Order: sequence, then C-alpha cells, then structure tokens
Amino acid sequence: MCGIAGLIHRGKSSNVGGEMTSMLQALKHRGPDSTGYAVYGDTSSGDYIMRLKAAEAEDMNKGRGITSILENRIAEVDLILAEHGAVVKSKEAITPYALRYVLSHNGDTGMMAEHIEETEGVEILSMGNGLELIKDLGDASVVSDLYGLNDFKGTHGIGHTRMATESDVDIKSAHPYWAFPYNDVSVVHNGQITNYWIMRRMMERKGHRFMSNCDSELLAVYVAHDLSNGVSLEDSLRKSIEEIDGVFTYLVATKNQLGMAKDTMAAKPLVLYESDEMIAMASEEVAIRAILPQEIDTYDPYDEEVRVWQA
Amino acid sequence: MASVSDAELRNMSQEERVTALGMRTEQLTGRSMFIEFDEDAEERFTYPWAPDVDYNKRTEIDTGDMTETEVNAEIRSLMDQGYGTIVIKDPRGKHSLGVGILNRLNLIFEGSLGYFGVGLIDGPNVRINGRVGWSCGENMMSGTVIVEKNAGSTFGAAIRGGDLVCKGSVGSRTGIDMKGGSIIVGGDTGALSGFMMQRGRMVVCGNAGKNLGDSMYDGTIYVGGEIQSLGVDAVEEPLSDLDRAWLKRKLTQYGLMPDNGVDHFTKIVAGKMLWNYDNLEPTEKKLIL
Repeated sequence: MCGIAGLIHRGKSSNVGGEMTSMLQALKHRGPDSTGYAVYGDTSSGDYIMRLKAAEAEDMNKGRGITSILENRIAEVDLILAEHGAVVKSKEAITPYALRYVLSHNGDTGMMAEHIEETEGVEILSMGNGLELIKDLGDASVVSDLYGLNDFKGTHGIGHTRMATESDVDIKSAHPYWAFPYNDVSVVHNGQITNYWIMRRMMERKGHRFMSNCDSELLAVYVAHDLSNGVSLEDSLRKSIEEIDGVFTYLVATKNQLGMAKDTMAAKPLVLYESDEMIAMASEEVAIRAILPQEIDTYDPYDEEVRVWQA
Repeated sequence: MASVSDAELRNMSQEERVTALGMRTEQLTGRSMFIEFDEDAEERFTYPWAPDVDYNKRTEIDTGDMTETEVNAEIRSLMDQGYGTIVIKDPRGKHSLGVGILNRLNLIFEGSLGYFGVGLIDGPNVRINGRVGWSCGENMMSGTVIVEKNAGSTFGAAIRGGDLVCKGSVGSRTGIDMKGGSIIVGGDTGALSGFMMQRGRMVVCGNAGKNLGDSMYDGTIYVGGEIQSLGVDAVEEPLSDLDRAWLKRKLTQYGLMPDNGVDHFTKIVAGKMLWNYDNLEPTEKKLIL
C-alpha cells in the first residue's frame, strides 16, 4: 500500500510545495518509509534544473571516508558538465548527498545525463526546465523541511508516500521516478505490475536503462518513450492500460500536463476533485481535504479511465 | 427459557451467551455454526449491551480536529447518555467513522467520510450529506444508510440486510459478496458490481460497468441505464409485476424514482450454471440459506 497525490492549477502558480506537503502528510499512514515530490516551477528562463544524489542517505553513516568520496563524485560531475559545455549558474548542496544545479546548456542533455550517471554512486533524480524531483527517507514533513519545499511556487506537482514491499528502503527505490533521460517527465504509482520483466526487457531492447528494480520505474520509461516518439500523453496512458498488466493507478506529469490512468480492474483507489481553478487527486479523500477542508464534490474514476489536464 | 439479564450476559463467554440467547450449535461437515433460535425462547430484538436511546434527544459534535478513534468513542459515549440523534459536523473524509453501531440511532454526517464508513452496523439510520470512500456500509446487518453524493468502490461489500442508498454514482465492485438487503444507486456503478452476490437486491438507476453480476449465486440486479457487459453466469430475465412494484416503492421512498417510471429497467439474475449449493451441498442448503 502506497499513497499517491497530484494537483494542478489551471493557468496560475501557487504554493504547490506546501500544498503537496499537506496532502502527502495526510497519506503518511499509507507509506511511512519515504516521501517524494515532483513539482513544476517557472519554466520561462529556459535554464535546466538538475537534481541529483551522489550517495544514499544511509551511506552517510559509513565513516569519515564518505566525505572525500562525495567530493570526488561531485567534482567528476562538474567536469562532465564542463565537457558538455553546460554553464553552471548555481549549485546548491541541499544535503551532503543531494545537489541542485541550475544550468544553461544548448547541447544534447540526454547524452550529458548518461555521462554524468557513469559516475559511480551518482544518480540524476530529475532534469528539465520546470521539473524538480525530490525524494528522501521519512514522511512529508521531514522531507519538506530538509529540502525547503514549503514555499515552492509552481503550477503542478505529483507526490508519493512509499511503503516498501517489493524493494529496499532507499532513495533510489522511492518515487517519483524521472523518465531518464527525457526532460520534465515524472511518474508516481500505486499498485503492482505483473508483466514487469517482459515489459522491462522490451524497453531495454529499445535502448532504455533502468536504475532500480521497482516496477513503477517502468511506467516512467514507458510513457517517456511514447512522448519522445510523438505519442500524446493521453494516447500513451490509454495504450499502457492495454499493454501493462496488473493492478495500478498512476499519475504522470510533464512540463505543462498532468495525467492519470487506472487499470482494467480499478483495484487501486483514487479520489478526484475538479474545479475551474484546480484539480486535486489522491489515494484517499483525506489528502484532498488537507488542502480543501470545505465541503466539495469528489468522485472515484472508473476502471480504464484516463484523464489529462493542462496547466 | 429463563430470562437472563444484560449484566449476566456481559459476564458470559461467547458459547454461554449464545446458549442463553436461545441458539444452539450443530456440526456441519467439520464446521460449527450457530444456526437458529429456540422456538420457545423469549424474543430479543436488541443486542443485550445496546444502549436505550431517545430519538428526540439530539446533539452535535464538531469533529474537525478529532481523530477517528475519538469520534467513534464520543458517539458511543453519547449513545450511553441516551442521545438518539447525533450530528457529526466536519468529518473531513476521516476513515471508519460510525462503525459497529448495533442499536437504533439517527446518525447524521454533515460532510464526507473516508474508507469503511458506517461498516458493521445493525440498526441505525444514517444520513451522509457528502460523499463516502471505499467500502461504505460493509457487512451492515440492518438499518438505512443514505449518501447524498458519490461513493467509492466496494459500496456495500458483503451487506446482509438493510437499505444502503447512494444518490450519486458509485465506484467498482458495488455489492461484492452481498448476502442480503438492498443497495440502491441513483447514478452509475463501475465494473464487477454484484460480483459473487449471494442474496439481496441491487438497483442501479444509471449505467453499469463491465462484468455486471459476475459469478453471482443468487439475488437480483436491476439496471435503469446501459450495461457495458454481463459477467459470467449473469443472465437477463423479464421484469415481473412484483419487481415493478418493489422498484417503485423503494425508488419513491428515497426520492430516486425516474420520470419515465421503472419499465425500462433490466433485471439480471444468476444463470446458476456454475457451482452452487444445489449441486454440491443439498443438505447444508436448508440450514445455511
């Protein structure tokens, strides 16, 4: 059992960091192991925002040697960025192992991302013009405080509270997943994919790489593959219901869209609220009530239902 | 049978209490079941520990800042004080509110509930002026529950009696494993509604999703709109005059009577071509059903 949540404001920015924190904290009982956010901020500058981790949180307890290891890894990342002609406009160490870069880059960001990930222990959490993906161990209040998310302004976001059942309690198994190496695509998922290995091998033969053994990552790769081949988000979500087996409800966000898909059995919950100003959705109504305490109308999407909204 | 006081019953073991209430046990192919009341026993229509409440004694609780456990404890405390009409304000989608109430009570929620709302009840009349999450009214034995807005999936799962009404639309697997009572939906229902239904009636005024009535043993489903598909062993049967009369009475009672009457409803029953009690356990059928 995990908790997922998403919200999108129509045509305006809001404090999506604070709103997502309230929603995810209300879902803490569905998954206390880790919490993750994919929030979308201002895209007008054209700069790239890259979030990466240079170690797992638990690595920090492995003795004094980890400090120099981290320094070497980060220096290697900086070198690769320079090799690709990326100009680092700002670089911030949010935690000793999690960094946020603002970059100016005109080349192949996908290739650059692949080269950066060749550095041992380094994983890019997200890259894009609007996307900022943050995930760490603990509940939403812990992660939000650690990464300063309570004041994050943006148009939309998705989030996840994870109860680790199939893989480890670590950051790389936490959601959301960025659709490496495609900019600005992220996924959160509640459920289980039963033809995971078949689909994974199929995607690997198409040249995609997987960073974890978590079935949710497949959804990110699957959708990103379609988007990069010109398939619309809505069509990709519909196709996924046909081709991917299991019980699942998942949310996908791009630079300016938020989509949802529910499996053919409708076995995983989602409650939806829609108004002229915003759309909010979550595994439980209590999360929506955390940001909209007044009486509102909500409903459960049906089996095989797909919806896509524009920011 | 000699009369037994409530205080005496409270101090008895489950086995002793069952015997004292006039029930007896019988071995059925390895299972022990409490199967019927003693004909000579004094009739009891309430649970021995159920509080005696007065419908005219009314109170309200503002539950915005309370936990689920605190709300349910407060409802029980108020019932013990004799309150027969309790209004729950600002429930904010909390889970498991109003569960396990086994006595008469008017319970009104001014807002929406989360999962497992008013499950395992036997007797109260509940009105929810909002929506409900998954599994509302699960395993209810009697009473009425009226939801003014939409409901989530597994609405009325394993319900055994009473009327469970949603004036909006409901999610998937409505009435899964229902064993009696009535589920009435003003709008649409999702996939696999009536799955493994055993007894009772379900009415859907709108459309029904795929695999309606899949593997149902018995019972009846009435659908006013379109049926996406029928499940395994679910078959259509003509409406009888008795069906029409029952539909009119129930739908009128809850303000859901369509303008065009009930003649357009489709009636779905079990084809009984799958495994059922008649084929394999004829002796048990009389005792269990």
